[in-house]
Amino acid sequence: MNDAHITVATPARHVAALAEGAPLKLAARGLDFYYDKFRALQSIDLEIPEKRVTALIGPSGCGKSTLLRVFNRIYALYPKMTATGEVLLDGENILDPKYPINRLRSKVGMVFQKPVPFPMTIFENVAYAIRHHESLSKADMTARVELALRQAALWDEVKDKLGKSALGLSGGQQQRLCIARAVALKPDVLLLDEPTSALDPISTSRIEQLIEDLKKDYTIAIVTHNMQQAARVSDFTAFMYLGDLIEHGTTETIFSNPVKKQTEDYITGRFG
Amino acid sequence: MTDHIVKSYDDEQRRLLNETLRMGEMAASQLEAALDVVQRRDDKAAERIIANDEAIDALEQEISHDVMKLALRGPMARDLRQILAAIRIAADIERIGDYAANVAKRSLALNLSPALPHIAGLHAIGTLAVKQVRDVLAAYRDGDIEAAKRVRASDIDIDSAYTSLFRELLTYMMEDARSITGCTHLLFMAKNIERIGDHATNIAENIWFLEKGDEQLPPREKRDGTNTASTP
Repeated sequence: MNDAHITVATPARHVAALAEGAPLKLAARGLDFYYDKFRALQSIDLEIPEKRVTALIGPSGCGKSTLLRVFNRIYALYPKMTATGEVLLDGENILDPKYPINRLRSKVGMVFQKPVPFPMTIFENVAYAIRHHESLSKADMTARVELALRQAALWDEVKDKLGKSALGLSGGQQQRLCIARAVALKPDVLLLDEPTSALDPISTSRIEQLIEDLKKDYTIAIVTHNMQQAARVSDFTAFMYLGDLIEHGTTETIFSNPVKKQTEDYITGRFG
Repeated sequence: MTDHIVKSYDDEQRRLLNETLRMGEMAASQLEAALDVVQRRDDKAAERIIANDEAIDALEQEISHDVMKLALRGPMARDLRQILAAIRIAADIERIGDYAANVAKRSLALNLSPALPHIAGLHAIGTLAVKQVRDVLAAYRDGDIEAAKRVRASDIDIDSAYTSLFRELLTYMMEDARSITGCTHLLFMAKNIERIGDHATNIAENIWFLEKGDEQLPPREKRDGTNTASTP
């Protein structure tokens, strides 16, 4: 098992926590990332176990969102951005230009801070992405959209207005629609970049419950500024600072007894 | 440790620590006073000690309240362990206060009959316990795990003193059946003091938890042999 690498703090505890046996899904190895000449990530080694929630925390500019964006190569849309090292998805290096981007996008879904529904119907918002990757019969498509909306815990609220514009939904509903859009492609990994920072507490709770439900089927990495949220929803937490991965361990250890002073100072609100 | 970005957080934490220390000092003084009234056979002073216990209980309530306020901040790491340690330590101090009041209460019963020559032994073990309580509170104040470990290791002295006092009183009761009532009260008082030592040990272990997280302390030697003691 590769999980031994996650052992940063006291070995015994981590091995025990991992012994329940989540295989490795995603791993960064010696990953560097540059915005032009600025080195935003410095030799990151991080392992993300399958069907677990891994939270990335750290002050603004620490590189956590950058790291998330490397995981689905979304940075490749912009010029002058380069990543070196490896990011292994099921053992294959996704940074390799030969790794097909369409395959990557269908395996790794992403949800952003601000929900961005397409200006079309609720149904089409979900169906659009599926059509891009697969051609389904009308009946299959209907079933698939329903499944995605159910998985995103949105179905009951929208089933009678699937033909209405998605722009009429509340912020929390729009965010769940974006999650439905992401899970509609049946990805392996879901990347969530501050998915609740623009939402009210009730919508936030719905999304957090959803994360717990989705973890049965998906590997989830979440970037959040809300430490209590990281403590609530994640199994593992990685603390980043100025482009370095400072500490990575079980969420329980990180928030009750972290090893590094920098981690302690950050999570107790002493700098940042 | 550096201050929090939110200043009032530090103020609230300091208040919690000071209240817990104040509560602890009250319990230590109560025990000291109880030992004193046993020697002086002063019923009035004993009544005062019994009544004072309420003030300790009230402080525990205040500490619970402060802990709740701090919990609303969503404390993490040492801050989180601190509130957990504070409620546990306050509960131990509350018990120490109860035992001290109990010693005072039993002194009233002792005073109904002529003075026994064995209260010197009680005073000796009581003095050990007072020192343990004060030492552990100082360790809590200073975050001194070495001092906390010393308190934990010293509990064995109280246990040994308690066991020998137990045997001594047993012998005395066999020699003179008229002393049974008084000696039984003394035995309970000694047991109360021995328990105070255990609570000081609990506090020491919570200091360890506070400073070190859940790392385990090495097992402790115990020497209260009275569970299995029989008539000599």
